[in-house]
Amino acid sequence: MEYIHLSFAAFYQFGDAFAFLVLSAMGLAVIFGMMGIINLAHGEFIMCGAYVTVATARMGLPLPVAMLCGSLAAGVLGIVLERTIIHRLYHRPLDSIVATWGISLILTQGTLIVLGSSMAGISTPLGSFSVGDYTYSTYRMVLLGVAVLLLVGLYVVFHHTTFGIHSRATIQAPHMARAAGIDTGRMYSLTFGLGAALAGLAGALYAPTISIVPTLGANFLVESFVTVVVGGADVFLGTAPAAATLAVIKAFLTGWQGQLMGQVGLLITVMVVIRILPQGLSGWLLKGRT
Amino acid sequence: MSISQRQGAEAARSDSRGSSWVRLVNGPQTLGRGPLFWVGFAVAIGAAVAYPAFVDGWSVGNTAYFFCWVFMALGLSLIWGYTGSLSFGQTAFFGLAGYTYGVVTINFGAAYGMTIVGLLVGVGMSCMAAALLGYLLYYGRISGVFLGIVTLSTTLVFATFMAQTAGPKWAIGDARLGGDNGMTGMPPLTVPWFGGDIALYSGVPLYYLLLAMVVLCYLCLRILVNSRFGNVLVAIRENPHRAEMLGYDIRRYQLIAFVIGSGLAGLSGVLYTAWGQYISPSNMNLAAAALPIIWVAVGGRKDLTATLVGTLVVLGVFQNLTIFGSYYAFVIMGLLLVIVVVFLPKGLIPGLVQLVSRIRRRKGDMS
Repeated sequence: MEYIHLSFAAFYQFGDAFAFLVLSAMGLAVIFGMMGIINLAHGEFIMCGAYVTVATARMGLPLPVAMLCGSLAAGVLGIVLERTIIHRLYHRPLDSIVATWGISLILTQGTLIVLGSSMAGISTPLGSFSVGDYTYSTYRMVLLGVAVLLLVGLYVVFHHTTFGIHSRATIQAPHMARAAGIDTGRMYSLTFGLGAALAGLAGALYAPTISIVPTLGANFLVESFVTVVVGGADVFLGTAPAAATLAVIKAFLTGWQGQLMGQVGLLITVMVVIRILPQGLSGWLLKGRT
Repeated sequence: MSISQRQGAEAARSDSRGSSWVRLVNGPQTLGRGPLFWVGFAVAIGAAVAYPAFVDGWSVGNTAYFFCWVFMALGLSLIWGYTGSLSFGQTAFFGLAGYTYGVVTINFGAAYGMTIVGLLVGVGMSCMAAALLGYLLYYGRISGVFLGIVTLSTTLVFATFMAQTAGPKWAIGDARLGGDNGMTGMPPLTVPWFGGDIALYSGVPLYYLLLAMVVLCYLCLRILVNSRFGNVLVAIRENPHRAEMLGYDIRRYQLIAFVIGSGLAGLSGVLYTAWGQYISPSNMNLAAAALPIIWVAVGGRKDLTATLVGTLVVLGVFQNLTIFGSYYAFVIMGLLLVIVVVFLPKGLIPGLVQLVSRIRRRKGDMS
């Protein structure tokens, strides 16, 4: 019996870390994998999602609806930014990083000016359950379920819907896609918006568990970068296995030495992985396939 | 190669040996050549030397503070502008060197030139850290966006690490790392001199020392980028594959450039720490890491002179904006960065130079 309790505790730690890595990296991975752009304003989309969720939840909307609002708001923000700034930089990937960093500065510090240095948060829903001597947060388990569902959902969207097929066509051969009658500019906007909405969803889902400050995006940044770098360019064959691998390392190190060592361990892992597998896990898994 | 060509090459080589320094300072990889530029350069130095005679002590100290940052900017120009590898983590080396200086000088005091030792150890530490990180990155063939992400993650994790070092548990010798509040109490740079050490608190002597260092560093980097080594760096920036096909081990060149640039970031860190006798994790967080990128990108990253001037101007503007609150300053800096990157990717100063030369040419055509 003791054995089962312990293995559940390990599973819980792993699931928590896995959900965090998948959710925080998903938006970044979609934008990077589909468009080759590293979006340094990723943290600010997360922040936007969290703020809108908290604000609408405090206005009385039920929490799931508030979270959808947060995600949508981030998606709209993403589309607006893509139309105004990012679309000018598609042929200059390095400059697009720098520009998104500028956007990130504007959004973080602008939020500080407009909304102040912190905002009253909301409490974590769903209470807790206990296995053996320990109690666990139910909400964290829900997050794990959401992360898995989201991976499945994205797979379906990109492989079995018109939007997904048009979007992948645009990414793989923009000229051919345009010749076939696809509005590629619109596809880029929508894909960027989807990435931003996913980032917003991460912020929305974690909003009840963190303190609502303008710099909250930075807490997600390192984890999401590391997951995307380890995963490589493919969202499904990259992000999910990378998150699973990193979650084991992070859960182990966090349980053993605390949150910070978890982060340091991730950073060391990423350096080792890129030394051995420069194309990331997906590049390795796809080796031989063209 | 025909005989005449070989003779020509040899003649050029012996000629370049004779006046090599002048030729290198004035070479093709730097904007600003010819007598007009050097007259302007001399005037600028003269003005900088005369400056303390005309303004109050605070302004002198403040300008010295600006000079502290210039080295990091020039180093980033070398790494990003000349070699083409996007490093977002220069603040990690800045902080590492600053903390190292603090640890050395707090433990061993300022006598017997220990602060100079602290400076050298600090810069050495950042060079070693850069060599290690750079080896993993460049020899792992990491380039482009990934390089930026890993270096940025490094500085963020380092800042998080230093932020949790509060309390007596985290101390190296007598030096408390100090967590979020940072490390204080290190002595300023102190030069051992006959009849007593000279402590360089923020003031006129420190101003002149830093001015001399900035000018020296600027000229040395000009020589470096115009040398054979610098030409290879530019070749790597323009087309890494071609440079490699020509037989250069680009990883080695990139690594060396990265170490030099990061050593300069370390020098900035030491000088900043010695200037204010203070270093904290907030010097390494996301907003701090953005600042060097802004200085270099706005001025014009592909040229040392543009970087130097741009850095000083942007620092001045930034400080004047902070009077209204640092949030506003950061918002405006972010806007400036976005506008420059989208519309003037070469930077403001090369953009201006281009504009002026175009107008001149048009006038020449008309007459």
